[in-house]
Amino acid sequence: MSAVPGQTVGPFFHLGLEYDGMNELVPPSHPKAVRLHGHVYDGAGNPVPDAVIEIWQADPQGHIPRRPGSLRRDGWTFTGWGRAATDPDGHYQFATLEPGPTEAGRAPFFAVTVFARGLLDRLFTRAYLPDTPATLSNPSPTAVSADESLGLLAADPLLRAVAPDRRDTLIATRSESALVFDIHLQGERETVFLTYPRLRDAWS
Amino acid sequence: MESSQADINREIEAAAQQPGGPQPKIDYAPYRSSILRHPKQPAHLVDPESVELWAPVFGHRDVADDEADLTIQHAGTPLGERIVVTGRVLDGDGRPVADQLVEVWQANAAGRYRHQRDQHPAPHDPNFTGVGRMLTGPDGTYRFQTIKPGPYPWRNHVNAWRPAHIHFSIFGSDFTQRLVTQMYFPGDPLFPLDPIYQSITDPKARELLIAQYDHDVTTPEWSTGYRWDIVLTGTHRTPLESDIEEDNA
Repeated sequence: MSAVPGQTVGPFFHLGLEYDGMNELVPPSHPKAVRLHGHVYDGAGNPVPDAVIEIWQADPQGHIPRRPGSLRRDGWTFTGWGRAATDPDGHYQFATLEPGPTEAGRAPFFAVTVFARGLLDRLFTRAYLPDTPATLSNPSPTAVSADESLGLLAADPLLRAVAPDRRDTLIATRSESALVFDIHLQGERETVFLTYPRLRDAWS
Repeated sequence: MESSQADINREIEAAAQQPGGPQPKIDYAPYRSSILRHPKQPAHLVDPESVELWAPVFGHRDVADDEADLTIQHAGTPLGERIVVTGRVLDGDGRPVADQLVEVWQANAAGRYRHQRDQHPAPHDPNFTGVGRMLTGPDGTYRFQTIKPGPYPWRNHVNAWRPAHIHFSIFGSDFTQRLVTQMYFPGDPLFPLDPIYQSITDPKARELLIAQYDHDVTTPEWSTGYRWDIVLTGTHRTPLESDIEEDNA
């Protein structure tokens, strides 16, 4: 069957897509909350103030959440899904938990979709967790070792298949208790965007 | 210098000569805002991993039944042509997408959004916000009651007007099907002039965005009705072990 084409989210998406707590997958005060944030930039390096970023992720144990409640958060159910709009500086942020790997030997990541005024169809990408686990600063017997984590990123089939000079665009960086993931829609540091088998290619 | 509609029409015509796929060309200069906002590198083809093969779960805890009626959100009745819009959300294999979230937003009958940045000097309607949500039923059906939106001007070029449309945000049965699009109304004279609609250069694919008037959807002495089915991309899904576990749970 022929798939319906996408269209831009337009400038007034706030009306239909915004709601309270949409970017708080956990309350920011949660003891394991991490701030995932960054800027969205256009091809001239200017911030994009009217973009929507959505994330979908496993929980810290690598389980894929199967619970409702992303639209009316109860403050403790982890649903794995959230939405953020960029502010006038092109900045977005989430309060969430770090995802665990869903399969042995695979590097954990946030699945990310990007929508914006001026962007005629949505984009998919991934934000991989950086090499240094948060647990390293607070070692525990169960903490993933740096080597093990490094091994995951180095062995990841997607990251290996991407040109080395663009690989970093898929990996968040760690800064204090935050993960930073900037998205460049175009330009020298253009983010690697993804397409999947059977997903009709907007670039064809 | 700002472009005229005639300039845009020439660009639309030229772009239509290039072979086009079923999706919008994200590099579509007649839509000026797209110029700096689309990737220039080809998308990287990857097999989805397990998290991408599942969609978030939405339930009645998330969406109240009355959120599907955009005409009852205020004390008074909104102005304009009352319509019902309904259809089915299906995946690429024709299977219904059940229990998934559909979000809609739109301008009022005069062509104005209830949004601070919409400065089109058409009246606001105090009885119309223009926002609705619903979950698809077991057979993938969605349905909402609203007011037919008006066309409105925008600043892509001099004297640019958008065809009347309703914005749709849809989740599929896996995350790679996530879609945001716009539904249009049949016979709109603004279609050939609109660079957002024309960014889909395959005419057959473009027509998939147009709802059909359906007299069976019409409610006697109450509202007219439109039908619009939404086919998402295929799932390409192989059963996971966790599927089996869940079935046995």
